[in-house]
Amino acid sequence: MSSQLSITHLTKSFETGTANQKIALNDLSLEVETGEFITILGSNGAGKSTLFNAILGKFLPDSGRIVLDGENITYWKDYKRAEKIGCLFQNPLRGTAPNMTIEENLALAYTRNASRSFFAVSRKDSDYFRELLATLDLGLENRMKTKMGLLSGGQRQAASLLMATIAKPKLLLLDEHTAALDPVTSMKVLEITGQIIAQNRLTALMITHDMNQALTFGTRTIMMDGGTLVLDIHGPERAEMTPRKLVDLYTDQSGQMLSDRTMLSL
Amino acid sequence: MLYFDMLLSALGQGAIYAPMALGVFIAFRILNTPDLTIDGSFVFGMTVCAMVTVAGHPILAIFAGAAAGMIAGLVTGILQTTLQINAILSGILTMTGLYTINYMVLGGQANLYLQSMQVNEAGVEVPVASKTIYKMMSSVFGSGEVSALALSSIMVVLVAIILCVFFKTRPGMAIRATGDNEEMVRSSSINADRSRTFGIMLANSLVGLSGAMLCQQQRYADLGSGNGMLVVGLASVIIGQALFGKRGVTIGVVSAVVGSVIYRIILQGAYQIDMPSYMVKLLSALIVTIALVMPLTKEKMNTMRIRRAGEKEAYK
Repeated sequence: MSSQLSITHLTKSFETGTANQKIALNDLSLEVETGEFITILGSNGAGKSTLFNAILGKFLPDSGRIVLDGENITYWKDYKRAEKIGCLFQNPLRGTAPNMTIEENLALAYTRNASRSFFAVSRKDSDYFRELLATLDLGLENRMKTKMGLLSGGQRQAASLLMATIAKPKLLLLDEHTAALDPVTSMKVLEITGQIIAQNRLTALMITHDMNQALTFGTRTIMMDGGTLVLDIHGPERAEMTPRKLVDLYTDQSGQMLSDRTMLSL
Repeated sequence: MLYFDMLLSALGQGAIYAPMALGVFIAFRILNTPDLTIDGSFVFGMTVCAMVTVAGHPILAIFAGAAAGMIAGLVTGILQTTLQINAILSGILTMTGLYTINYMVLGGQANLYLQSMQVNEAGVEVPVASKTIYKMMSSVFGSGEVSALALSSIMVVLVAIILCVFFKTRPGMAIRATGDNEEMVRSSSINADRSRTFGIMLANSLVGLSGAMLCQQQRYADLGSGNGMLVVGLASVIIGQALFGKRGVTIGVVSAVVGSVIYRIILQGAYQIDMPSYMVKLLSALIVTIALVMPLTKEKMNTMRIRRAGEKEAYK
């Protein structure tokens, strides 16, 4: 197995040189194998989203390297990276254009590897989109000319998921993408997520606050705190892990961090 | 016959200003960006067209006018995207700078008639009117407003069709999506800065085209003719929207054109009841204000009605 995503010694501070300096990523290293599906846990401010933003190129790191699929993307522009990375956020509104139809939204996402047809939506593409939408089992395949803004949050998030994965990305980033949905819809979207990742053998990272989810989904679980990895479990160790034990580990870890900080401030 | 003449004149004016309304539609409705370049790019299209027309190339002059508007749009686009200047301020900066540029294009004067000095048989230098596309048209189809109207209409219909098709293509869709959700465009691996700049260039090239058409139709260029152009364009777009509703992009293009014509018909009606011409700007501002406030007023009145009915119920 080769490494799909390789992050080495990534560091990022915000407001450097001021009293408010915050180290968001602290010498973080992470190797992700091809086809791995990693769930990421961590309290607010642990650096999970900052890690995603660094991978997506929303800012440049202070130091460190990000290599995706054999290419050093550390200094690429964000839209250039998007050719290889699909992402999904908590807010369903972020991933879709409300005043354009479902079909047009998919066509836009498909820009990444569509044949360069004259019209944005060719008949062939349209058939493909219909097939894809049918797999969601939400009836969206019959509403392709409907404006995206008229869909419910869950439907929009499911459609966003299709858009994020339509071009078979080298890496899929999911940032609490079901947190804003009701429990039933959330389960449904998670299910679809699992299906799409399995079918396309995608490499994925998923941030979640749900310990159960973190342990049942994916193949590996990592925990972040203070901008770095504090826990990394997979295989049998992960199979035996329970949310209870995880919470103990979690409080242990953050307790340790807490005492460190208390000592420093003395 | 008087009404027919009025209508004809309104249609002709409406057609000439229609590309400008389309430009406003693209900037405000599709890109969702308040672009104040428009007052300047209209005059830029006009002055550049005037110079090329006087030089004896009437058809090229129309394209030159559109190209001038496009360059103005490019400047605003770069200010907005690469230099990250606030959208409204970017437009104001370009518009202000263009005043000087336009003055220079006209050779340091505030207006210019489309004519050149030529020596006649008697050896006297006399001004001769430059050839315009409207003059060329009338030499084929007879003079008068009808042929001018026909030419303007053909141009507007062509432009509208090209726009409708363009917005269904990949780059066209990217521009629409950029106005709708820029973040999503970026995460679809499209350079949103570039499509935003293209959109602003397209909008202003249409505005420049309008300026060029007006220049050749009225046979002179004037630095003051762009003042308040943005409000006129907005009025047209809003009137069109009131008729056709806020729907897809194709309907939007059609409604901007129709709105431009109806706006001119309203103005003609106002002139008919002896409105002095300096009232035009105030009237335009009023139309836009009323149209913008309409939805809120409806909602307020509805709330008041419900409240009153509820209170009556409570005191029974």
